Amino acid sequence: MKTRREMMSSSAKLAALLASAGLWPAISMAAWPQSAFDAKSLADASKALGGSVPVESKDVMVTGPDIAENGAVVPVGCSTTLPGVKRLLLLVEKNPSVLAAVFDVTDAVEPSFNTRVKMGQSSNVFAVAMMSDGKVLFASKEIKVTLGGCGG
Amino acid sequence: MGDPMRIRAQSAGDKTTVRVLMSHEMETGQRRDPAGKVIPAWFIQEVSAALNGKPVLAAQWGPSVAKNPFMQFVVRGAKAGDKISVTWLDNKGDKRTDEATVS
Repeated sequence: MKTRREMMSSSAKLAALLASAGLWPAISMAAWPQSAFDAKSLADASKALGGSVPVESKDVMVTGPDIAENGAVVPVGCSTTLPGVKRLLLLVEKNPSVLAAVFDVTDAVEPSFNTRVKMGQSSNVFAVAMMSDGKVLFASKEIKVTLGGCGG
Repeated sequence: MGDPMRIRAQSAGDKTTVRVLMSHEMETGQRRDPAGKVIPAWFIQEVSAALNGKPVLAAQWGPSVAKNPFMQFVVRGAKAGDKISVTWLDNKGDKRTDEATVS
């Protein structure tokens, strides 16, 4: 009969073993923030990436069309004029996976990125700037989608 | 190993605009095939870019990024003739690196 303490220590050892073998799902994808991509809202995603509560800001820009005919390819961009940006995020509010992309900004690149996302339905798109001082700023834009882009 | 990426890097003054077009299915894991089975997720998770071998950008993507992803970014301080390389890694562990010369 094992005591509870022994059980605890053996399960911790097992977790460590799985992690070292790369079988522990959360740890094997350490570089890719699983919890942030599982987040269901802007605030959750910010929290999962270690940020504070997002605050709306004029200095963050989100670009995109007002109406997207094809939700499978919607060109969107995020940028900011503020110095000291650590990360820029793009989110689509009503997609099953809200967080679309995270860009780690370095000194060698401008804090301005464009890409294309899928949108299941008309929704708000957020551009989020995570600053080096811990502030999280965002801007939003509503994009109407004529034809959804998540299969179906 | 996916198909080659198309990378274009054009410099204007101190700033170089890099446009990358990757070839990837970007399956979300939400869709079903005609038999009703879920098509497993298959998408690019990590993208990184380097200028003359020095990392300048890292990005993490989710399944919301569109099929055959496009990415545009601006690099500071690159000169004509410099090499821009872009690497992606998908959730199946597949990866690909391609390189372009700044013009």
